[in-house]
Amino acid sequence: MPNGILVFAEHRGGAFNKTSFEAVAAAQQLGASLGQPVSAVVLGTDAALASQVAAYKLDKVVSVEHPKLADYTPDGYADAMERAVRALDPQFVIMPHTYLVRDYAPKLAARFGKDLISDCVRASVSDGAVTFSRRIFQGKIDADVVANGEPPVFATFQSGAYRADQAERGGEAAAVESLPVEVGEVRMQPEEPFQEVKQAVDLTKADTIIAIGRGIKGQEHIALAQQLADLLGGEIAASRPICDAGWLPIDRQIGSSGQTVTPKLYIALGISGAIQHLVGMKNASTIVAVNKDPEAPIFDIADYGIVGDLFEVIPVLTEEIKKLKG
Amino acid sequence: MKIIVLMKQVANKDAILRINKSETWIEEGDLSHEVNESDGYALEEALRLKEKHGGGEVVVCSLGPQRVKSVIKDALARGADRAIHVVSDDTAQLGPYAAAKVLSEAIKDEQADLVLTGLQSDDNGYAQTGVILAELLGLPHATIVIEVDASGEGLRVKRELESGWYQWYAMTRPALLTIQSGISQIRYATLKGIMAAKKKEIKEVAPNAEALSAAAHQRITKVYFPQKTKQTQFLGDGDAKAGAAQLAEKLRTEARIF
Repeated sequence: MPNGILVFAEHRGGAFNKTSFEAVAAAQQLGASLGQPVSAVVLGTDAALASQVAAYKLDKVVSVEHPKLADYTPDGYADAMERAVRALDPQFVIMPHTYLVRDYAPKLAARFGKDLISDCVRASVSDGAVTFSRRIFQGKIDADVVANGEPPVFATFQSGAYRADQAERGGEAAAVESLPVEVGEVRMQPEEPFQEVKQAVDLTKADTIIAIGRGIKGQEHIALAQQLADLLGGEIAASRPICDAGWLPIDRQIGSSGQTVTPKLYIALGISGAIQHLVGMKNASTIVAVNKDPEAPIFDIADYGIVGDLFEVIPVLTEEIKKLKG
Repeated sequence: MKIIVLMKQVANKDAILRINKSETWIEEGDLSHEVNESDGYALEEALRLKEKHGGGEVVVCSLGPQRVKSVIKDALARGADRAIHVVSDDTAQLGPYAAAKVLSEAIKDEQADLVLTGLQSDDNGYAQTGVILAELLGLPHATIVIEVDASGEGLRVKRELESGWYQWYAMTRPALLTIQSGISQIRYATLKGIMAAKKKEIKEVAPNAEALSAAAHQRITKVYFPQKTKQTQFLGDGDAKAGAAQLAEKLRTEARIF
């Protein structure tokens, strides 16, 4: 009979991703509510890495080992995880919703004839049944989701949904168990990861960021936002579509594929607030949002909001600040 | 080279969404639709690969009700050669496994060299259909691809990792790739393209009944607008200029920015 919760701890070249420990926190909370043991699984060539996870309060850490797991590949990871899940027979498999997990976990779930409950922001337990909540329509709407059918249930949690520092540490190190597995043909060879260019602009050091999104409508309007940035001694930044269009260089992009910032002031102009953007800026001290759509998700995390046309807001805001600054 | 591009029609990005009476989905009735953003880039990449490597065929495949014909016709006008429309009225609640199963049945006999699709949909946002489809078709895959080099026997693809990192993967062909938005400039349909599209084949097929009716692995029980995590002070009460003036004052007195 399937039992327990298995949490996938992700690392790249031996460095664990912070979202892995967020997933540990999610699994521990789920385990406590359901009265089920939580084990972690680490993929690699030997058990050395697993000990880094063993400090957390876990039933055990399973080190899934094969020489082909030295570097991440979707074929290698899906094969290894399939065997680990079949051997350990858990009720839930919990993973962080990272680019790596997005790459292989749907393939893993498909081996069990299912899909993932992906990118969850919450899980709640009532009468022993788990309800997962996920954001749909680019963050505009939440959906409560329940799993159907036989275990295991595969679920991934969005970065920031749980806090890594809430992952409970154990009194003594959890037992580490080696699980050598077979890995079949791997049809892709990774080359070394690299950064495109040295980031010319380090937005992480800016106290004030004026960020623009689709609402700016045209490259010629960026000057307007730039004036406001200059007045406040801040940097100009953007959501992905603006950099995709080539209106601003990619090193000014905020979000999961760009920079993550925590300025004192973040003014979002014409940005709806897709999840991928929010993860890059939601911890700013003061967030201002200007958007025409009152339901735009950016307002969910804003301290100050103006529902309206940014072309009306920016000139007045700039003038008023000038006046107040004297 | 034969390339299949999977394209989904989704709610318009700027559409004001309303929740239906039973609180199980959005109100679909008066919604306007458009092509899923990253699927548009997948089509553009397919057209560029065909042009670069001296011909072949770009086949568009879309699953959904008759309204998805507008996505298909637009793709044909931009340069796709023919289309497969898997006609199904009720696909909103179709999970990614079921969707991938239906699509795999519809395209498996095509024996494509490449299958391209966007990295995720802008509505359900599962980010899984492409990868599951690769597994069902027995193909290797790469996700979040931003550059494709198909000049050799196999493939070299550049993948986006997190936080400004990238990685090249060499892989065998045939393969399935999920394409990131913004990897190129999407072409417009020309008048000539629009005229030519009228003569191109759109094959309607029924979805595989077994795949469509299989029990879902996840079920939406309720949809609602997200709870706010912050108490937002809304300024101006609909008057943007008044709001801007109030904001300047708040930034000085409350947030103490200047």
